[in-house]
Amino acid sequence: MPKDNSIKSVLIVGSGPIVIGQACEFDYSGSQAARSLREEGIEVILINSNPATIMTDPMMADRVYLLPLTVESIEQILEENPQIDAVLPTMGGQTALNLCKEADELGVWEKNNVRMIGVDVKAIDTAEDREKFRQLMIEIGVGVAPSKVANSLLEGKEFAQEIGIPLVIRPSFTLGGTGGGFVNTKEELDAALERGLQASPIHEVLVEKALIGWKEYELELLRDKNDNVVIICTVENFDPMGVHTGDSITVAPAMTLSDTAFQNMRNMAIKMMRSLGNFAGGCNVQFALNPENEEIISVEINPRVSRSSALASKATGYPIAKIAAKLAIGYTLDELKNQITQTTSAYFEPALDYVIVKMPRWNFDKFKGADDRLGLQMKSVGEVMSIGRSFTEAVQKACQSLENNAVGLGYYGQSVKHAEELIEYIKVPKWDRIFRIKDALMAGVSVKTIVEATKIDRWFIYQIQDIVNMEKELAKHDMQSLPKELLKEAKRMGFGDEQICRIMKEDASEDELYEKRKAWGITRVYKMVDTCSAEFEAKTPYFYSTFE
Amino acid sequence: MTQPHKPTGTQTAILMLEDGNVFYGKAFGKIGTTTGEICFNTGMTGYQEVFTDPSYTGQIVIMNNVHTGNYGTYEKDVESNSVKIKGLIGRNLEDRFSRYTADKSLQQYLEEQNIVSIEDVDTRALVTHVRTKGAMNCIISSEILDEAKLKEELAKVPSMEGLELASTVSTTEAYNMGDENSPVRIAVMDFGTKLNILQCMVDRGAYLKVFPAKTKIEELKAFNPAGYFISNGPGDPASMDYAIETVKAIINEKKPTFGICLGHQLLALANDITTFKMHHGHRGLNHPVKNLVTGLCEITTQNHGFGVDPEAVRKAANVEITHVNLNDESIEGIRLKDRPAFSVQYHPESTPGPHDSRYLFDDFINMIKASLN
Repeated sequence: MPKDNSIKSVLIVGSGPIVIGQACEFDYSGSQAARSLREEGIEVILINSNPATIMTDPMMADRVYLLPLTVESIEQILEENPQIDAVLPTMGGQTALNLCKEADELGVWEKNNVRMIGVDVKAIDTAEDREKFRQLMIEIGVGVAPSKVANSLLEGKEFAQEIGIPLVIRPSFTLGGTGGGFVNTKEELDAALERGLQASPIHEVLVEKALIGWKEYELELLRDKNDNVVIICTVENFDPMGVHTGDSITVAPAMTLSDTAFQNMRNMAIKMMRSLGNFAGGCNVQFALNPENEEIISVEINPRVSRSSALASKATGYPIAKIAAKLAIGYTLDELKNQITQTTSAYFEPALDYVIVKMPRWNFDKFKGADDRLGLQMKSVGEVMSIGRSFTEAVQKACQSLENNAVGLGYYGQSVKHAEELIEYIKVPKWDRIFRIKDALMAGVSVKTIVEATKIDRWFIYQIQDIVNMEKELAKHDMQSLPKELLKEAKRMGFGDEQICRIMKEDASEDELYEKRKAWGITRVYKMVDTCSAEFEAKTPYFYSTFE
Repeated sequence: MTQPHKPTGTQTAILMLEDGNVFYGKAFGKIGTTTGEICFNTGMTGYQEVFTDPSYTGQIVIMNNVHTGNYGTYEKDVESNSVKIKGLIGRNLEDRFSRYTADKSLQQYLEEQNIVSIEDVDTRALVTHVRTKGAMNCIISSEILDEAKLKEELAKVPSMEGLELASTVSTTEAYNMGDENSPVRIAVMDFGTKLNILQCMVDRGAYLKVFPAKTKIEELKAFNPAGYFISNGPGDPASMDYAIETVKAIINEKKPTFGICLGHQLLALANDITTFKMHHGHRGLNHPVKNLVTGLCEITTQNHGFGVDPEAVRKAANVEITHVNLNDESIEGIRLKDRPAFSVQYHPESTPGPHDSRYLFDDFINMIKASLN
């Protein structure tokens, strides 16, 4: 089945200003979608109120409107462009979706004979409404955290008793989790309930069991109109449940997931997407997994291209927004080619032969007095993504890219805390937790103690321990005594030249180390991100550097 | 919870390919020497299921995924009673793990199972080489570090082409599985079956009798089966005259028959369709297959180094192509027009792998049930 030829002119809605929680990822998806539609000979009209984006560059669309993201602007565009026959609302995040929904409710699309493509309004409603989502999950037999909706303090306390502490209080209809929070002790309950009820415009909160210590995962899905579904990427959160995914250090592919658990998750994700309505495009599903028995609970579903889709695209090489745009105009996955190999099918699941680490970047020093604890509300202002041939290499590269003097995993916001204080400190997720975990390991705290304090999967802590052991080994040397094999091993673990120089016992210059390294032939090689772990030849890959 | 960690850089290991290429790395698993045919698997989960899959007999596997062993090993995540790969090659093979149910580390597991392995290899360069040059024999050693000696040892290894291996991993005694009162009685030809293939049939109410590879048709018939299953397995199908003979006889019984992987190739050979050795095979959990009957697609688990000749299938008047691979258009599924027999090249039990294709077991069981009415 080829594409739907009745679509000749499409309106793409952007995401507006960049704010915390919604950044340039939607510029990426919007630009990809515009390019993807134009290569099909479709006219693209774009609206975005933010001129500081790639998508609003004159060459990206046939016409660009820098207008406020309001229904009035939409009406104006439709009046000036009566040829528009479809609108693609899934590329501009929640902002674009909300605007398109509002226009839909006012009958703007219908009046102008414009179809909404790549989306199902009912699906969005279900995904956004916690109670509807819960009901649907129960209907299809997918696990959810026990929870109840309360409209008064008394009701809330009653449900809290039933469900048991720890709890999460989530106010209904507030943006970005405002007014929500955790209840870890009985004493905190009243205040948290009151705060939540007050924050909600309809005086309603969801009292939900907190899945403390559960591991968190995200799956990125694509579906076509024939209901073919593929999982593009599986992302594992380094931080366990309780930290907003936007504020979590995340890793791809999943590092600590057995095939049994992963296939359970995959089956659930597909079932969830199919139950949610009939739309062709991208979808993001989040799960919590109890490490003790591998029980899986669904946390959230986003039936659109999301923040995570941009990461998944970069992480795998699979252009999710580009393909999602093609699916929206009627193509099926088996008709499209893998954009990287250009010979194999777009209907497949990318295989990775490297590790991706995404690390958020916070700017608490610019927000004096702000609460630097991480929780339900996203606080980071950006993120870095690194690629390595091991987790240790990738995590150190990420630290080096933060532009905050981290110089790898170490030397950042250097703490003078003692082991005991560090153990207490890392119990609360904060922006510098991974650095303090490393400090604790340096101070001789055991992996077991750190796992107990943080609930972070012990495999990750073992990896950080390897970095610590290497640092201790390097510290025994100066430039003269540094052995070749040790240096090679350190480079493979992502240690930067500057980092190694700082660690070694005598002051050493980076240039000197570089020359030494070069003479020993310990130099970078470049590997491809090709979607397929080198199984097929890649025509348009991109590269990352590593040491082999 | 404290797990011993092997200090880095302890023991060197060497990997040498038939074409003379040499890769240095570190020893993992058992210290020793091993030989086999090199192949790669692109899956990112389910390493233990791969290692215990009898179809990998005689092969040394490169795991493309850069970390292997992160969640340890677990006695229930197996496809047979022992590790079947001959050797393992990885970038980072992990001896420390996190999984509550895991009982052993990968290091301990491979050591106990006598599997010589090598890590710290530039697996991407190696995979690219195999992809370009094709499947070939190789040797891994953590005890012989003399390249000339290794070359000598490697020269003794026979080629996979023409090699009959199925009878070496088949059961030696017939055995039963499932509810003996079930009318869905299936005679299973075991050429190295994966446990979960049998489990998929038992879960759907079948009663199985699993027979050794060289069992004659009379003995199969004595079980009074309502259907026949031809299993997966290792080696070159064209070298299995005895099996082709049996499959021909099975087809003549006109009872529902289902074949997987090697079983698919044998069904083809029994219909005078030739098979061939592929350049480097398909091994992974992400292979796209289109069902030509329904028009729908499925992501499949694959593990095969031989294939069915597409030209020969198209010429065969009594055979219909039901499934094709979307990457290279290879034949993934066939059915006979005049007999209730069908087969797929991929692994619908999908352990490890996506469960998209398990409907084929439903189809098979339903076929048998319908034939009983």
